[in-house]
Amino acid sequence: MQSKKTVVSKMITYGMVILAFVIVFALDQSGLISRHMRSMLVPIGINIILAVSLNLTVGFLGELTLGHAGFMSVGAYAGCLFSIYTADLLPLAARFPLAMLLGGIVAAVFGIIIGVPVLRLKGDYLAIVTLAFGEIIRSVIINLNFTGGASGLKGTPQDSTYPITFVVILIMLFVIMNLVESKHGRAITAIRDNRIAAEACGINITYYKLLAFVVAAFFAGVAGVLFGHNYSILTAGTFDYNMSIEILVMVVLGGMGSIRGSIIAATVITILPEALRFLEDYRMLIYAVVLIIVMIVNASPRFTGMRDFLSPKTWIAILTKKNNGKEAA
Amino acid sequence: MNFLMSLITNLISGLSLGSIYALIALGYTMVYGIAKMLNFAHGDIIMVGAFAVIVSVTSLGLPPVAAILISVVVCVVLGVAIERIAYKPLREASPLAVLITAIGVSYFLQSLALIIFGSNQYSFPKIMTFSSITLGGLTLNGETLTTLIVTTILMIALSLFIGKTRIGKAMRAVSEDKGAAELMGISVNKTIAVTFAIGSALAAVAGLFYGTTYGFINPYTGAMPGIKAFVAAVFGGIGSIPGAMLGGILLGVIENLSKAYISTELSDAIVFAVLIIVLIVRPIGLLGKKTNEKV
Repeated sequence: MQSKKTVVSKMITYGMVILAFVIVFALDQSGLISRHMRSMLVPIGINIILAVSLNLTVGFLGELTLGHAGFMSVGAYAGCLFSIYTADLLPLAARFPLAMLLGGIVAAVFGIIIGVPVLRLKGDYLAIVTLAFGEIIRSVIINLNFTGGASGLKGTPQDSTYPITFVVILIMLFVIMNLVESKHGRAITAIRDNRIAAEACGINITYYKLLAFVVAAFFAGVAGVLFGHNYSILTAGTFDYNMSIEILVMVVLGGMGSIRGSIIAATVITILPEALRFLEDYRMLIYAVVLIIVMIVNASPRFTGMRDFLSPKTWIAILTKKNNGKEAA
Repeated sequence: MNFLMSLITNLISGLSLGSIYALIALGYTMVYGIAKMLNFAHGDIIMVGAFAVIVSVTSLGLPPVAAILISVVVCVVLGVAIERIAYKPLREASPLAVLITAIGVSYFLQSLALIIFGSNQYSFPKIMTFSSITLGGLTLNGETLTTLIVTTILMIALSLFIGKTRIGKAMRAVSEDKGAAELMGISVNKTIAVTFAIGSALAAVAGLFYGTTYGFINPYTGAMPGIKAFVAAVFGGIGSIPGAMLGGILLGVIENLSKAYISTELSDAIVFAVLIIVLIVRPIGLLGKKTNEKV
């Protein structure tokens, strides 16, 4: 049984996403959204899918991986090639979901191939190996013929729209939030909190690590398919380690293991560089400074102490003297 | 015979490239050993060092020796300042928070260089011109040999510094146990600052050689050697100084040989594949120390 608190928390997350969609949809219908803003909606959705799925490995499983863009690229190429070859055979309503499913499955298969040997590595070693895999995938795609090579894959139908992306986000949230709250999810978080204790309790470490890794890879692949169907050219160069790092930044800024946090951070980080466009050349500089300051304020003991002091929760706790110690994170 | 000659030439230029990676990897591994953080901005220090040389030679018209000194000083000041401003407040925070901050610093340095210098390629001044040496039918590039000799001297000096001096001893102590070192009267802050200073100085030298080897510098130059050096450090066992040297040199040799005999485009993929195989066989890297997990 799920506790009342988690049910409420899940409802807030769904509600937030649905409300955001309804507002955007209403604004779009009344013509209040510019072309430029509309073009950002799909990328925001893609980043939400990427961030939430990466949060499953980084936040819930506690393993740092830097190869998320690699899975995304595998999924993108699989889905796009499928769409190109079946463009005349299947109607959109069948083709696009099938492309996404195929992209996700191919990425998940790569997740298994990569995950089985590397998941016994820990910490920074795992980070560098996943980064290495991402870079290998990129180099290989550039050197293959059927992927269009370095000049990119052309001719993918541009099927991605923001309502479709929204539906995919809802499905992903349903899967991942239920997974996290399930027996499997508790096993995954137990591995994060204490691997040895979890193993001693009879949790199959390899299986659950792989499960989290593969589910994350699946959704990265789906996001890749959406990405591929959003632009006219798909180039492997896009999916370099910088992209993986950017997704990681979203997860960390949003808060490890917080799905709602990932959604918000993905949205903010996608919009922020665009919103800072008026700064022209100084845009990336300001972005970097904001990133550093946010990290310091968020994680430095000096500032977290100050934040606790300022938070109304602390005062309520002091006044009512009910709450002993910190709230469980 | 011809094949043998080309093999030796490729091996030597691989060694030279590898020693540049080793210099950068040393910075990574020393900082990791002491501060337990991945300094993702380390690669960009190389770029800053190379630009410092370009500015001092072409704009200020300084002699090469002064330019090199300025480049080292700029990098050392920058490295220590980055540590003080961005990393020090996060010393007790989760490693991931520090990693993201380091990425932020990397973005910062890149975009700052982009604002100052633009995205054009800058040709690196020829400050080191050495004639090639012919040894029994084997022609060796002068720059390659200089790179090899200087980096070897630097690595020996660094090993002696860490092994024999008081500060070196303090560095080893801090990397072993920060708390205990502090109780023994070692200033942890000072030791970490010294580590960043040495790492950045090595990065400045690496930037100089990288510039002379490739001839061109742009604001993103530091990213790829930075990643390669990170790979080299992990390859050799992160935190291990001899490991970083070995890892860097092996990486350079593998990269150069695969460029020469297999495929230029796939050389990076081959380097990464070798890394993965090594780590799967030996998860702690070539010379890494095995730490037992305590319950």
